[in-house]
Amino acid sequence: MGRLRNLLIPGVDKSLLLRDAVKTMPDLTRRRFISGGASLGALTLLTGCDVTDQFSAEAMLKQVSKFNDGVQAWMFNPDAMAPTFPESAITKPFPFNAYYDLDDAPEIDGKAWKLEVRGLVDNKKPWKLEELYKLPQVKQVTRHICVEGWSAIGSWTGTPLRDFLTIVGADTRAKYVWFQCADKDGYNSPLDMRTALHAQTQMTFKFGDEILPRAYGFPMKIRVPTKLGFKNPKYVISMEVTNDYKGGFWEDQGYNSFSGS
Amino acid sequence: MSSITASDQQASAKGTAKVTPEATRSKVIQPAWVRALHWTNAFAMVLMIMSGWQIYNASPLFGFTFSPSITLGGWLGGALLWHFAAMWLLMLNGLIYLALGFATGRFRKKLLPITPEGVIADTKAALSGKLSHEDLTKYNYVQKLLYAGIIVVGILIVLSGLAIWKPVQLQYLTAVFGGYDVARYVHFFCMAAIVAFMVVHVALALLVPKSLRAMIIGR
Repeated sequence: MGRLRNLLIPGVDKSLLLRDAVKTMPDLTRRRFISGGASLGALTLLTGCDVTDQFSAEAMLKQVSKFNDGVQAWMFNPDAMAPTFPESAITKPFPFNAYYDLDDAPEIDGKAWKLEVRGLVDNKKPWKLEELYKLPQVKQVTRHICVEGWSAIGSWTGTPLRDFLTIVGADTRAKYVWFQCADKDGYNSPLDMRTALHAQTQMTFKFGDEILPRAYGFPMKIRVPTKLGFKNPKYVISMEVTNDYKGGFWEDQGYNSFSGS
Repeated sequence: MSSITASDQQASAKGTAKVTPEATRSKVIQPAWVRALHWTNAFAMVLMIMSGWQIYNASPLFGFTFSPSITLGGWLGGALLWHFAAMWLLMLNGLIYLALGFATGRFRKKLLPITPEGVIADTKAALSGKLSHEDLTKYNYVQKLLYAGIIVVGILIVLSGLAIWKPVQLQYLTAVFGGYDVARYVHFFCMAAIVAFMVVHVALALLVPKSLRAMIIGR
């Protein structure tokens, strides 16, 4: 303690100094966000930045991620189709993946469920499952790629989202379609309009020709083969056509928002 | 003193490490652009590799993971932010290096020709400790092979990375690598090759300190 006292600046109120120091300390989540333990130390050595600079490092990384959103939107070709595969290539069993166990996956009563449609649309009438099932459906066998790196090929059947957006009279000049889900802690995710209008972007009701099982998002998931898996929301309960960026469950934690494939 | 020859200079550098200012000024071993791009690349590579290890840990290809103490980003999301930020530095720097390497004729003059006989002879010489480091402006055949090889690996790791990042928009590139899953393995093995290269490269640079000095101050 004696040594520490000697290190403090003479003539400066120690309690005020301490309070200022605490203010500059990052909170736990921020520290976890940028770096863990020794790697931060290594980076500090490499860059010559002091520890408080991690705030600017975090801001810089977020800026670059936004820049990458723009680059990916520029790269996105609405006419480029995700490669399709024969049924024999389907991954069996197709993995269940979520931030919770299968036991905690939403159990939705298909008869009581309704899809809410909100925002910049002409017709905000909620849709019952049996009504949605009557819309024309198409099947796709495409590769699902997880942000973690693994991939699996699956068979999804449902209504192209762009057909549904036409039916409800959506303003397709809007920037996003924002989905909300029944997952615990409220999963949600924004989808840029150009991707929403892509021919393969689908309101999915079937997996492998069977009614979508609970594990894969019953009663409805949004299948987006031009995006990473976390941009394919399951257990969807509402969609909103909007010009506002409303964030998303993973997007808010740092995953790149566009996350195009 | 001003008439000192290159061999005198090397002799004095080897003997006493006392080199006159006139002599050092006479011979630039690594031009400034090479040094700037080299260290920028080193920095970007370290960021890419450390964040890449954290990304690997989210879905390991093999039965091991990298210790969090040597990874960057803290978790998958943080690592991805670092990886997709540092990639611009790596790619931009790499493109400038390739452009200048071809435009200035450096690749042709320094790295070519690479002959099997030369590589075998210099490998033998290196292993028996007889390889000369007198003239650092000329690379021996082992250096030529490794430096040319690591440039190819550098190009491959960027291309396989793009193939993993954009398997739909750049699907022809992904197909060239044999598909998404194979491209991940290519990306991993390129990383392993670069790390192996770095270990040897750094060890040898420390064994021949004047080569390290040349990459820092140019002489």
